Amino acid sequence: MSPASISFRRPSADRLLYRALAVSAGAVAAILALILVYLTAASASLLFADAGLWRLDWHPSLGAYGLLAMLVGSLTVSALALLFAVPPGLVLAIWGRFFAPPWLGGLYRGAMGLLASIPSVVYGFWGLVTLVPWLNRWAPPGASLLAAALVLALMILPILVLQADLALDEARRRHLPAAMALGASVSGTVRRVLLPTAAPELLPAVLLQLGRALGETMAVLMVAGNVVQLPATITSPIRTLTANIALEMAYASGAHQTALFASGWLLLVLVTLIMLGARAMAGRFGAGPAGEGRGDAR
Amino acid sequence: MKLVPRNLFFVVTLVAALFAAGCSRQSGEHLVLTGSSTIAPLATVLAERFEAAHPGVKVDVQAGGSARGVADVRQGLANIGMVSRALKADEGDLVADTIAQDGIAMIVHRDNPVAALTREQIIAIYTGKLRDWKAVGGTDAPITVVNKAEGRSTLELFLSHLKLEAPAIRADVVIGDNQQGIKTVAGNPQAIGYVSIGTAEYEAGRGTPVRLLPLDGVEPSTATVAAGRFPLSRPLNLVHRGELSGIARDFVAFARSPQVNDLVTGQYFVPPAVR
Repeated sequence: MSPASISFRRPSADRLLYRALAVSAGAVAAILALILVYLTAASASLLFADAGLWRLDWHPSLGAYGLLAMLVGSLTVSALALLFAVPPGLVLAIWGRFFAPPWLGGLYRGAMGLLASIPSVVYGFWGLVTLVPWLNRWAPPGASLLAAALVLALMILPILVLQADLALDEARRRHLPAAMALGASVSGTVRRVLLPTAAPELLPAVLLQLGRALGETMAVLMVAGNVVQLPATITSPIRTLTANIALEMAYASGAHQTALFASGWLLLVLVTLIMLGARAMAGRFGAGPAGEGRGDAR
Repeated sequence: MKLVPRNLFFVVTLVAALFAAGCSRQSGEHLVLTGSSTIAPLATVLAERFEAAHPGVKVDVQAGGSARGVADVRQGLANIGMVSRALKADEGDLVADTIAQDGIAMIVHRDNPVAALTREQIIAIYTGKLRDWKAVGGTDAPITVVNKAEGRSTLELFLSHLKLEAPAIRADVVIGDNQQGIKTVAGNPQAIGYVSIGTAEYEAGRGTPVRLLPLDGVEPSTATVAAGRFPLSRPLNLVHRGELSGIARDFVAFARSPQVNDLVTGQYFVPPAVR
């Protein structure tokens, strides 16, 4: 077969490929929709009744299924994790790409890739046997909002660095030579040109990690303390929606199980809303003056 | 972590129940066990091994609480009921065979100087009335109360023994499985918690810095639990009514035989002393 026959296929082959892709994409969307439908159906008896899901007290043995404290726990711990991870992540990405010697930067990115591939349960285990006892020395009981946020921050940092690095590298390829030719300094170029250019790529990266932090279960379960309450301080133990499901699903039945399905439903809706918000925000961000020269991915 | 196997047992129970339900009209002998969700995971693994040794036999295990086990046996809906307590006085029409003992031990860090706690002290600690180790003869440090998540049989046994309601507990850390409890207490010199006695004894024996507290003057060990002397323990029973049929009698004998001790200890229960 000559090479030309590859580029000029029969239209039927294209149509076949199109259909295969459409079926795959449709299947993924349908699975997501089915999960939502299933979760809604499984938790409907509590979700659409006045069952006190939006209250603070969670005592399944007494029929109190308030999810509010855990919703707050999930949101707080994820927001705090982002607060801990995003600034150092950006700094590390910038350092690795622009200020480190190329061999060291490459080595560094390799290490980040390795860190990103460590299962979350390992981070959780480290948190349980090292971080929590250490925190316990000055703020008993150690297992807390802070411990969970630190473990989550550590977990999401590597991928955050790698994604920021990709975005910055793209911006560098487009704009660095021009900036250098104009006599701008590296630090000035990074600050004034490359970061604003990369911003529309950085924001979705950050929000993707927010989704990951919200969904993380084992690592948080091991270090958060899992007490159902609104955190009074940063060293108070909290329980997240995911940890609630993992802790109690194996032993739950009846309305208790339904309430756990409602936890899952709430989480799915929450993550979906955040992702939709992120897209809208990224779209507006990208349309602004800083968005010139952004990637054409969206 | 042991969470995965626990979930797995849940799934296995479910699948086994569905499968058995689907197969119930087939020929071959069929055995139905219902009752305590504490015993159900153990009964499921027992059933698997029993089925492997007896081709053609189907054992269907359904969880639904000890009360359901008693009711189903009385109504003839189940061949064998699973009851995670001693039989009550008004259940004299049933026969109970103990297949394991479930015991829980109070644990503290190895460096904690407190040698023993009374029942009242434990209640005061777990209800938040007593917040410092100094009050019970320990160091001047706040107590970290480690509690189990809702639905666990250890929590249920602990609460019923101390006559407490779940909302009365003021916990600092809520844990899922026994291993997490051990790790939490081992990493925190101010912590107090409770776990299955088999796990605690094993971990303390292999050098994990945890110590088991005696209760009401009884040494916490699998031996005292097996002998039925340890207060924080309960028998796990298979109950039935009247004479058992051939295959059901074989199953009960199998569940009480030493050849399943590994399955019993695998579920953190204690095999009964006399087989």
